[in-house]
Amino acid sequence: MSDFQAIIVGSGCAGAVAAYELARDGKETLVVERGNSNGAKNMTGGRLYSPALEAIFPDFRDEAPLERRISHERLSFLTADACTTIDFSSAALLQNGQDSYSVLRAPFDAWLSSKAEAAGAEYINGIAVEELLKDGERVIGIKAGDDEISADVVVLADGCNSLLTESAVGYHRPGPQTLAAGIKQIIALDEQTVSDRTGNRAGEGTAWLFVGDATKGHTGGGFIYSNRESISVGLVATLSDLARSPYSLCQMLEDFKAHPTVEPLLAGGTVVEHSGHMVPEGGLKMMPDLTGDGVLLAGESAMICVNLGYRVRGMDYALAAGMHAGRAAAAALDAGDTSRAGLAGYQTALEASFVLQDMRQFQRFPHFLESTPRLFREYPEFARDAFNRLFVVDGQPDQPLTKSLKPLVKSLGYGTLFRDLRKGLKSL
Amino acid sequence: MNKAVEQDGPGGIASDLLQNTVNVDEYLAQNRYSVDEENAHIELVANPDPAEFAKLVRVCPAGLYRQDADGNLSFDYAGCLECGSCRIVCGDTIIAKWSNPGPTMGVEYRYG
Repeated sequence: MSDFQAIIVGSGCAGAVAAYELARDGKETLVVERGNSNGAKNMTGGRLYSPALEAIFPDFRDEAPLERRISHERLSFLTADACTTIDFSSAALLQNGQDSYSVLRAPFDAWLSSKAEAAGAEYINGIAVEELLKDGERVIGIKAGDDEISADVVVLADGCNSLLTESAVGYHRPGPQTLAAGIKQIIALDEQTVSDRTGNRAGEGTAWLFVGDATKGHTGGGFIYSNRESISVGLVATLSDLARSPYSLCQMLEDFKAHPTVEPLLAGGTVVEHSGHMVPEGGLKMMPDLTGDGVLLAGESAMICVNLGYRVRGMDYALAAGMHAGRAAAAALDAGDTSRAGLAGYQTALEASFVLQDMRQFQRFPHFLESTPRLFREYPEFARDAFNRLFVVDGQPDQPLTKSLKPLVKSLGYGTLFRDLRKGLKSL
Repeated sequence: MNKAVEQDGPGGIASDLLQNTVNVDEYLAQNRYSVDEENAHIELVANPDPAEFAKLVRVCPAGLYRQDADGNLSFDYAGCLECGSCRIVCGDTIIAKWSNPGPTMGVEYRYG
């Protein structure tokens, strides 16, 4: 007889929802979360797309601590001396069912875990699970501090830096080309100032991604999200490339904040938090097995994340994976079989959902990013030079546009441009 | 100002950063931590390879891996954000131990 029917490791998006589903189904559920409060160890850029959340909590818009509903999407190609931006706003972004929100994880995860607790899940906080208890290949519980606690099924939702997935499913530590370092600061400003500076109506916000000089031409990008009374500003940079950069990640962020496009947004604001987190960027190829005997992996511990440069998704996948993990674990408990075969319904459910279909759809994109360094230097420079031809008046007689743009394209190489474009489009 | 490392090289020494003016400590001071003074949750090997150490100077989002002008290497786990980047980059080389901080210890995000 096990101590609990289910143990969830980690109370982020995946873990709290898995616990909610299990507890709601009447299963004796324990969540072990290493943060003293739920969310205390978690961080996002970040923006949450709503459909996965709405599927679980239809009333989330009234209940969840959301920051701003995103009404403006911006994508910028940055050089040290210029910024070329696509600024998109659309009523479609605001429609229920297609809406997305800037969020802060400390309050958001606290709310999410309150749902699991209300459904009956028990919580232990402030202690990390150091190892899994095993009987042969089968996971039979967890060890946290001096406590050994057994369960019929364990859900690992302890993030992309999980120290447990190796023991659970034989997943070896991934390489630095598959993970990025994330860094973020929260800049406090008053609510009206945030709205004015990001060009938003009250309650609405901007999601803004940057390619190019934000990471000094290295693989990665910058981001800005407007929160209710703060702006999140940060970077994500692929570890393998960052490790040989002539700049540190911290210096990159400092310089990004001082860029002429960014500085006025943040002016007069106060840094109230400095955070860091890794981001899985290797796509489908880096994913571990999602199930083992007595164990399921959900969220970033399963390396589920898609960063397309203009769209970054991790939290909504984690919510959906947590939901399917919780439901599949509950079904396996009912059937009395939590072996790998008994938990196979989880894999099937994810395959049928947008989660694994998206991971499959975009599986070539990580290689495209890795093999196209021009995205981060030459193309932002190209955009700058092309628009300089358009907008800069220097008193000289104008040349026909085709003539003045020709040398720019030529210097990149027609073939290179064509191949990159084709490869990029094919990977999306 | 020191010269830049070769961008495609295997990683130079830490003091070869092109520019290093950021004061990360000032930012970390805004965070809430419970520091475990007794136990280091991350440990380096003795005499770490400077080229490997240089990678950590670059990737650590808390800037905890440092090299001073004389080339002395230092690391302080106290401001750790628990991201694991150093474990991924140097887990096979100069990181001897990487664990989560002890019970109730470490960073505690108020915003996240």
